[in-house]
Amino acid sequence: MGNLSRYIITRFFLTIPMVFILLSIVFVVLRIMPGDPVGTMLGGHAPESVIEKKKEELGLNRPIPIQYMDYLWQVCRLDLGDSMVFKQRVTKAIAEKLPATVELTTFGMIITFFFGIFMGAYAADKRRSPQDSAIRLYGIVIFCIPVYWLGLMLQLIFGIWLDILPIAGRTGPRVFASTFEKTGFYVLDTLLVTDFSAFGDVLIHLVLPSLTLGMVLSGIFIRLTRANMLDVLKADYIIAAEARGIGHRKIVYRHALKNAFIPVLTMMGLQFALLMAGAVLTETTFSWPGMGRLLLERIYLRDYPTIQGVIIVFALIVAMVSLIVDIIYAIVDPRIRY
Amino acid sequence: MRFSPAEAMALALSQFMGLGRKYGVEWWILVAGALVVLAIVFMALFSGVIAPFSPYDQSAGPQLAPPGGKHLMGTDNLQRDVWSRIIYGSQTILRVAVLAAIISSFFGIILGLISGFSGGIFDRILSLIMDSVYSFPGLILAIAFAAMLGPGVINITLAVAVIYIPTYFRLVRGQTLSIKEELYVEAARAIGASGSTILWQYIFPNVIATTVVVFTLNVADAIMIEAALTYLGLGLPPIIVDWGMDLAMGKKFLPSGQWWLITFPGAMISLLALGFTMLGEGLAEILNPRLLER
Repeated sequence: MGNLSRYIITRFFLTIPMVFILLSIVFVVLRIMPGDPVGTMLGGHAPESVIEKKKEELGLNRPIPIQYMDYLWQVCRLDLGDSMVFKQRVTKAIAEKLPATVELTTFGMIITFFFGIFMGAYAADKRRSPQDSAIRLYGIVIFCIPVYWLGLMLQLIFGIWLDILPIAGRTGPRVFASTFEKTGFYVLDTLLVTDFSAFGDVLIHLVLPSLTLGMVLSGIFIRLTRANMLDVLKADYIIAAEARGIGHRKIVYRHALKNAFIPVLTMMGLQFALLMAGAVLTETTFSWPGMGRLLLERIYLRDYPTIQGVIIVFALIVAMVSLIVDIIYAIVDPRIRY
Repeated sequence: MRFSPAEAMALALSQFMGLGRKYGVEWWILVAGALVVLAIVFMALFSGVIAPFSPYDQSAGPQLAPPGGKHLMGTDNLQRDVWSRIIYGSQTILRVAVLAAIISSFFGIILGLISGFSGGIFDRILSLIMDSVYSFPGLILAIAFAAMLGPGVINITLAVAVIYIPTYFRLVRGQTLSIKEELYVEAARAIGASGSTILWQYIFPNVIATTVVVFTLNVADAIMIEAALTYLGLGLPPIIVDWGMDLAMGKKFLPSGQWWLITFPGAMISLLALGFTMLGEGLAEILNPRLLER
């Protein structure tokens, strides 16, 4: 068996305890912590017998260890139960909302990469110049701006004052998503039915939310790329390339950036958690019908099975992304092996 | 030697400028951060004196008046003075963020010390748990906690505190592992110092210095998480004055163009977070230049 496939298999098995622990944390937070979900759901004055009956129905008055085993088995079967408020499977509610969040985070990520990597590389190249200082300052300041406020300010400037970009939703009122919805990813769906006016409408709705999400994370990437580029630019092979007379720009953006990129990539796994958190807030600000909105709407409705389901899906995504990032890292850098 | 007050002032000033020359731009970042934080702490401590109106006063001025005149930052839909609400709101956010950072640093440092020092199966399990929590999006975990605990100042503080315990744990555990191997610890053991003496008198004082920087950056992050929770309507009962809740309220008036209702609370959240971040970054560069690169 090759080295790489052995690495991938080991890494995969190491993900299992992580997922298990994350699931246990979700269970502890949502089931064992103080608070009476059923009582609150039925309103403050529901008679004791009604509350007991509902608990019986939901299996909430069995011993905790049995509930726990049952919960783990449920997740293994990818069955997240039924909503307590609507007649709906939790998995179905999530499947409807997940594409919106993935679409938003994907475009956010692209913007983060574009801003972060190129500005970081440029700052490292122009080290100690005013441009460098300006980019570093941008990196620190943008990191301290709450993503929801940045979203509101962009809405105010581009949506209200200049009135050039939409501030809410995934499509305009004249474009009906149901006419083209197949995969749930509107960018793909509109292309599949070759409806270009709808495609343009979907893209233009993506601009502000993904810009908001992307800008906030770009600060960290600027900082990481810059620090790594500074190290790489000092390396012997860069001086050698310089001596061979290769153009400066080509050395910085091709030779150096490629090597500085690897450590940045490993940080992506952790930054992805920030991206998810940012998406929850961005969705609320832009009325974006994704997982974050689903989570909050159901929190207001006290729909515990759905809340639990959404958080489990977030946990699974985080574990999966960290697995994928590590595998990509091992492919890109052959020195990484167990 | 005795100094007159003027001489002492001059000496202090020259020392201050000397530090600026020694550490360069990092020193000025630290000073700027400290000034921002002090100004907002001052605002919180003397709210009653600075604020022109009560934050609850529903007859402070006309409805939705733009900034200017009697109302520096305008008024909201309930005729309350926005500037006064900003001043009183600083109390809530500072209290929650600083208290949350104290709670999480307390548990994180203690668990990290014990885990790193004792090693074995306990250390491995605890590390695995902490790493898993660390990898999970902090805000989503805080949302789950806040939703379960219900609104309240103590509850939101706990929800924010929980997500930072792994940060301290990982830092302190790593340091404990390396300090444990130092020669002076070995010497202490050789002269018969007990385990707890070594832990608390030899390792703990060396670990605590680096946590100062992390604490400051932690407060900056906790500020944004607190405001995020209240912006989402999760953290606090509506009677409390809070920047995040004012932002959420102002959001409703964005389409009609009342820009001051969102601009000022949001700018204050950013400014406070920026102050603590600059303080932390400056401290990090001066105390330990390589800390943040790890």
